Amino acid sequence: MNARTLQTRRGMHVRVMEAGRNEAQPLVFLHGVLGLLNDDTFLNALAERYHVFAPELPGYGESSGEELLEDMLDFTLHGWDVVDALGLRQPVLVGHSLGGMIAAEMACIAPAAIEKLVLVDPFGLWLDEHPIPDLFSFLPFEFGDVLFHNRLRAAELLVGATDVAEPDALRQFFIDNARRLGTAGKILFPIPNRRVSKRLYRLTAETLIVWGEDDKLIPSVYAAHWAKLIARARVECVKAAGHMLPYEQPQVLAALM
Amino acid sequence: MPMRFTWFNLMPWPYLPEDFRQTYRSVWVDLPNRLYDPVKGHALYHEYMDQLEYADELGFDGIGVNEHHQNGYGLMPSPNIIAATLARRTARAAICVIGNSIALYNPPIRVAEEFAMLDVISGGRLVAGFPVGTPMDTNFCYGQIPALTRDKYAEAHELIMRAWAEEEPFAFDGKYNQLRWVNCWPKPIQKPHPPIYIPGGGSVETYDFCLEHDYNYSYLSFYGYLAAQALMDAYWERVAQSGKDESPHRAAFAQVIAVADTDADAERLYKEHILYFYNRCLHVAAAFLDPPGYRTINTIKASSLQRLRRQSASEVPEATWQQLLDGGMVIAGSPETVRQRMEELIKTLHVGHVFCLLHTGNQPDDKTRHNTRLFATEVIPKLRHLWPEWDNDDRWWIHPLESPRTGSPPHPNGQVAEPTPVERA
Repeated sequence: MNARTLQTRRGMHVRVMEAGRNEAQPLVFLHGVLGLLNDDTFLNALAERYHVFAPELPGYGESSGEELLEDMLDFTLHGWDVVDALGLRQPVLVGHSLGGMIAAEMACIAPAAIEKLVLVDPFGLWLDEHPIPDLFSFLPFEFGDVLFHNRLRAAELLVGATDVAEPDALRQFFIDNARRLGTAGKILFPIPNRRVSKRLYRLTAETLIVWGEDDKLIPSVYAAHWAKLIARARVECVKAAGHMLPYEQPQVLAALM
Repeated sequence: MPMRFTWFNLMPWPYLPEDFRQTYRSVWVDLPNRLYDPVKGHALYHEYMDQLEYADELGFDGIGVNEHHQNGYGLMPSPNIIAATLARRTARAAICVIGNSIALYNPPIRVAEEFAMLDVISGGRLVAGFPVGTPMDTNFCYGQIPALTRDKYAEAHELIMRAWAEEEPFAFDGKYNQLRWVNCWPKPIQKPHPPIYIPGGGSVETYDFCLEHDYNYSYLSFYGYLAAQALMDAYWERVAQSGKDESPHRAAFAQVIAVADTDADAERLYKEHILYFYNRCLHVAAAFLDPPGYRTINTIKASSLQRLRRQSASEVPEATWQQLLDGGMVIAGSPETVRQRMEELIKTLHVGHVFCLLHTGNQPDDKTRHNTRLFATEVIPKLRHLWPEWDNDDRWWIHPLESPRTGSPPHPNGQVAEPTPVERA
């Protein structure tokens, strides 16, 4: 993958990973609540068919300017600012977890501007009967326990968040989390529901909803609720995957798209 | 202004079970309220308020209350309610509300109004505290977004201070509060405003905030004066850099204190209650101490992360009496022992005001009064003039009416006492 940094019209500095052929259909992938982890398998699999762009949200990795993001509309318009800065027309919009929530909002605000919408274990809805665990009270080791189906994958990808990790790695994980979840908290805390449900009627594009069957953070019953609120929705459930589906079953997920 | 001593009660729940640490993960946020018994609570509130009034009778300069939510550690979600009763039943001591977590009030004009009411009812005896609030209270219980809490606090502060200062209605177009008509009725007696105390935990931003506005910086730690040295040194260094004078009345400190006739008596009388406080009331889950975004990255980099490990999360060792004494978390002993250590505290931290925690944990009323009486009569008189050069500095103290009125005493037979008429001229 190639990495570059662009500046949005609002002044954010955003690092974007890019792969795939220039003439292929553009696809924008918005990462999840823990950011882009150190494994490109999913994005590379997509890049066989799409021209893939994966921007890092300010507050994550090398992107900056998160102090300008305060509410849901800021996050939504920032998403379109990045698409504009990349010069893309009619992209396929894919969002995972936190990115799914942002992608859904982007689609509501500009339904005709996307080719297709894919939501992977998205945040954004709340069902009283199925409360989502309080991510903001997790100790580091709980991220691995709750977000992954496979503990070994968690240990590989969330360096620092497991007990065997070095103290320095734990510290780095904690500092990174303070920044990225501090930013994500502006739309996820204390209840990850900024009322996208009342805007989803606007969606016109074909929408694919994919869920990790063993998502212990946002249980898979949420998939049906999304589908009920979106006109052209199809649901797929993937076995042997948790909330971190793109990192646990990357080939299966890419094939569904 | 001579050294000031405020009698402070957190109002803990004294009926937490013996196996509390093993059975419950946290005294705060998610402790089921089935552990709270309102009938016991009825007697307890009155006992605690009686103790605060007793401290006023004994000559404490202030009586203090504060705000916490959803916990067995401090049962004052609304300190203003307690303060209102104290304002009616006392006539001399400062009413120190340390304080109202101003980012939680919607709109925060509510704080301007209630604090003004307290200042007026008490005849100008309010000390107004503006804490940012613990993450447990502010974020987990009251749902404020961690990364925006300080910004919201700053706006609330601006609104309250303007509401007190302006004499004509004004519009306030804030990010978190939009009010077309701000017009604070009543307004405080004390001018330009009641003394303002900022409870802080050691961030440079808070030091600067206090210095910029000339507010008192209060370090309300339970970890004692020895552990506080580095933090208070850093504060005074900041004071020196800012070019402000080094009046000790710029700062206050909270200390757990236990006085008895002898050192041995102090251990015998108070040990179990103080251990109750440290081992049960402070048993807060690490999960609730630090939501991402609450602290700045620089502050996090400087902190210990041991408590974040899987094993240590549930196995914080119990505090022992000797640790508490050696670490200075508790000052306990005969009046002379306590005097010596209090003098050391006041001198080394350079403070002009101590919040005295003389009720601790599940300490019963008789012991609390014994402790309070001995400290007031045997210790305080010997500590009054440790800062003689600042004895006339009253910038961080109340300026009450000359003879404030109190509530009429209730008649023993249930008849209403003859009230003093209020002049209407």
